[in-house]
Amino acid sequence: MTEPLPIVEMRDISIEFPGVKALDGVDFRLFQGEVHALMGENGAGKSTLIKALTGVYKIDGGSIIVAGQERQFHGTRDAQSAGVSTVYQEVNLVTNLSIGENVMLGHEIRGTFGVNWRATHAAATDALAKLGLEYLDTHKPLSTLSIAMQQLVAISRAMAVKAKVLILDEPTSSLDAAEVEGLFAVMRTLRDQGVAILFVSHFLDQIYAISDRLTILRNGRYEGEYLTRDLDRHALISKMIGKDLGALSSLGGNRRVEQRDYDAEAPLLAAKGLGRQGSIEPTDLDIHTGEVVGFAGLLGSGRTELARLLYGADRAGEGELTLHGKRVDLKNPADGLGKRIAFSTENRRDEGIVADLTVRENMILAIQAERGWARPIPRKEQDELVEKYITALNVRPADPNRLIKNLSGGNQQKVLLGRWLATKPELLILDEPTRGIDVGAKAEIQEAVAQLAEDGVSVVFISSELEEVVRLSERIVVLKDHQKIGEIVNGPGVTAQQIVDVIAAHGVAAAAESDIIDAEADVEPSNDPDTAHTPASAEEES
Amino acid sequence: MSTAARTTWLRELIRKPFFWGVIAIFALLALNVIKDPNYLALSVNPVNGNLVGNVVDILRASAPILMIAVGMSLVIATGGIDLSVGSVMAVSGAVAMVFMKDAGQSGSVGVALGAIGLALLVSAILGAINGVLVAYIGLQPFISTLIMMLAGRGIAKVITEGQNTSATNDPFRWIANGFVIGLPVVFLFAIIIVIIVGLVVRRSALGLMIEAIGINPKASRMAGIKPTGLLLTVYILSAVLAGVAGIMSVGTVMTVDVSRTGYQMELDAILAVVIGGTSLAGGKFSIGGAVVGALLIATLDKTIVFLGISSSATPAFKAIVIVVLCLLQSDRVRGWFVQRRKPPMLRTPSLPAEPKKQEVSA
Repeated sequence: MTEPLPIVEMRDISIEFPGVKALDGVDFRLFQGEVHALMGENGAGKSTLIKALTGVYKIDGGSIIVAGQERQFHGTRDAQSAGVSTVYQEVNLVTNLSIGENVMLGHEIRGTFGVNWRATHAAATDALAKLGLEYLDTHKPLSTLSIAMQQLVAISRAMAVKAKVLILDEPTSSLDAAEVEGLFAVMRTLRDQGVAILFVSHFLDQIYAISDRLTILRNGRYEGEYLTRDLDRHALISKMIGKDLGALSSLGGNRRVEQRDYDAEAPLLAAKGLGRQGSIEPTDLDIHTGEVVGFAGLLGSGRTELARLLYGADRAGEGELTLHGKRVDLKNPADGLGKRIAFSTENRRDEGIVADLTVRENMILAIQAERGWARPIPRKEQDELVEKYITALNVRPADPNRLIKNLSGGNQQKVLLGRWLATKPELLILDEPTRGIDVGAKAEIQEAVAQLAEDGVSVVFISSELEEVVRLSERIVVLKDHQKIGEIVNGPGVTAQQIVDVIAAHGVAAAAESDIIDAEADVEPSNDPDTAHTPASAEEES
Repeated sequence: MSTAARTTWLRELIRKPFFWGVIAIFALLALNVIKDPNYLALSVNPVNGNLVGNVVDILRASAPILMIAVGMSLVIATGGIDLSVGSVMAVSGAVAMVFMKDAGQSGSVGVALGAIGLALLVSAILGAINGVLVAYIGLQPFISTLIMMLAGRGIAKVITEGQNTSATNDPFRWIANGFVIGLPVVFLFAIIIVIIVGLVVRRSALGLMIEAIGINPKASRMAGIKPTGLLLTVYILSAVLAGVAGIMSVGTVMTVDVSRTGYQMELDAILAVVIGGTSLAGGKFSIGGAVVGALLIATLDKTIVFLGISSSATPAFKAIVIVVLCLLQSDRVRGWFVQRRKPPMLRTPSLPAEPKKQEVSA
C-alpha cells in the first residue's frame, strides 16, 4: 500500500458563480504516469475543475497541491510555471506561423542578436521527436497540417515547457478513428515518460481504451474515483447520470401507441445513407406522419449532427433525403423551412434567440424570413399570432413587447417553440428543448409535443434525459460515436435502462430483445471493451 | 406625484441615445449666438423670396451627410461598415459632371436626369461589388469597402482623366442651390429620401431582418433568414445614397474635384451614426439618430468656420466635441455621474480616462 504521492492533489475545491455553486467540495488526484479520465454529464463541473487547475478561475475554497507544494494560481502563467499545461478543445495555435514557431511560441531560444531561429527549430524538432513526430518539417506553416496533426503539435507545444501535467480537454471531438489512435499512441508514449495526463472525452469507448483511472463528477459534486478496469459501463453511466439503474427501470413507456405497420405506410421523410464527414456516419432513417421519434445518445453521439442534416442547418455530404417520396437537397435552414421542417436548437443562446429583439419579433422571425422582407406580416396578424402562442404555451410574462433576453430560459424556449409552430411544420425537430429549464416549463413543453403529434405533426425529440425520450417517443433511435447503433419501438415494456444497455453494450450484446428492429444485425461482437481499439467509426458503416 | 411623473419622463428622454446629440446641436448654436447675437436670424431675400441665414446654410450642408449617414446606419446595423461612401460620392459626381460636360445643352432637364440616372447606376454597381465581396465571397466588410474606398478615387480620376471637371446645367444646379417655398431644395430632397428609406425599412421587414442578423447572425440563419441577399441590398442602398450625396455635393459648385469631393466623408457618416446611438457592433439602429448625428456634424462644421477657429486646430476641436459627446453617451461614464451624486467613490479612476481618449481621437 505504498501509494506514491500524487503530482496534483485538489482538496475540497469549491467555486461559486453568482447564484450557482459550480463546484462543491470536489477532490481530485492525479498521479505521475497515468491517464486519468474526468467524467460527468454536461454541466457536471468538468471544465470548471480544469479551469481551476489551470488558473483560469480562482477557487473560493479548498487547496491545490502540485508536486507536494500548495499553490495559489492567479492566472494560467502561474499554472504553467508549476508544470501544468493544457490543450483545449479548440486548438489554440497560430495557424499562419510555422510548426516550429508554434511549438516554441513564447519559449524561443535567444542568442546574442535576438531569437536564434536555428536553435529554436532544433528544439522544436526535439520536442516533436518525443512524440514520435520528428518527420514534421518545422518550417512549414501550421495550416498545412490536418486538425488532428495540429492537435499533436499543440501537445508538443505543451510539452516543450517541460510540463509534468498535461490536460487534454475533449481532444478527440473532431478526430476520426485513425487519428484518435495516433493521439492515443502519443498519450501512451508520454504516460510512459512519467507525464500525468488528465483526459476528458464524451466517448466511453475511448475512456476505456486509454484511461487508467477516472473521477466522476455530478452536479458540481465529487462522485468518486475509480480504477477504470474496476468499473463497468453500466456502473459508470448510472454514476454519471446519478440514478440507480433500478430506479430507471421502474419508469415505463407511458405513451400509448397504436401499433403502426411501418412497412405499409409511406414515410413522411426518409434518409438513406445520409451523413456528413466528421460529424455523422451514413444513416438510414424513416419518420412517419404524426410520429414522435426520439434520438437517444450521450452528448457527442451524433444526435444533434443528424438532426441538423434533416433541417439543412448543415448540408449532408453524402446519401439522400426524400420528403413525401420526392428527393430534396437541403442547403441551408431556409430550404428546410421551405419544406415545412423546423428545428429548435439545443444552443438556445447562440443559435436560438435574437436577444435584443422582442418576444413578438423573435416569434415571427421564421415566418417573416420565409415570406421575405418585402412582404411584411401586417401588425394585426402578428399580434394575433403572438397572442395565440403566448396563451397556448403559457409564456410568462405575457408581454409581446418585452425583450426576449429578459425572459427566463424556460420562457425563452417557449417563445422559440412558438416561432417554429407558427411556421406550421410537418416535421418539428426539438433538440434538448427541456434542458436547463424549470420543471413546470418542462412539463408544459412535453405536453405541447404530445399534442402536436396528435395533430399530425411529426416530431424528432432529442434529450439527454432518457426518461423523457421514453415517455414521449413512439420510436427511439439510439446513437453512439457518431453513428446510429439501433432503433427501438417504444411500448409498455421499454425502459430507459434498455437504452442505457444498448449504448453501453454497443457491439457486446444485443440489448432489449424483441423490441429492437435492426440494431446490431451486422456488427461483429469483437468490440470488446477491453481491447484497446476505438470502434468509433469508419469500418462499421452499415 | 406630478414631479415623479416628470422625472421618469425626463429620464426616458435622457436615455434616448440621440438626446445628447440634440443637446450638443443647441449648445453649438448657443455658442454661435454668444459670438453674434444675430446668428439665428433669418431674413427673406426680397428678390426671390428665399430664406437666408446661417441655419439655412447648416441645413443645406447637412444634406449629403444625411444621405450617407442613413445608408451607413443600415450597414453598421448588419455588423458591417462601409468605408467607400466618400469615394462613391466622388465617382458619382465625376460621372454626372463628365456626362453633362459631354452632353452640353445647359438648360436641358433630360441631360440632368440622364446624369443623375447614370451616376446612381454606377454607384449601385460599386455598392453591388461591395455587397458581393461581403455577402458571397465572405470578405470582411472593413477590407472589402477599404478596397472600394481606394479604388473609387482611382475610378473617379479615370472618368475625369484626372482633371477637375466643370459643367453647366441649370436643372442640375437647382438641385443643390435652388429653393422651393423659401426652403433649400437640397435639404427637402434629403429629408424626403430619408423618410422614404425610413418607411421602406420600418414598414417592410427589412429593418427587423437587418437587426436580427446584426444581433445574432447564427440564430438568424437558423430562423431561415438568408443573409446574402439582405447584405447585398444594404450595401447597394448605402452606395446609391452615397451617389445621391455626391450629386448634391458637386451640384453646389458644378465642379467635381476628384481628390476633394467626398473626402473623408465616410468618417463623418460613421460619427453621425455613432452619435445617433447605433452601436458599431451592429444590431439595433436608429435612423432618427443618424439624422440627429448628421445635423450635428453639419452644425459643427459651420460653427468651426463661424468661430474662426484656425484650420490647423479644426480637427482637434471637432474631436473634442465628439469625444465629450461619446463620453456622455457611455453607460459607464453616466454610472460615474450617478455615483458621484451619492458617495464620491469611483471618482478618481474616471478622471485619467478622459484626456487619454481625446488624444487618441485627435
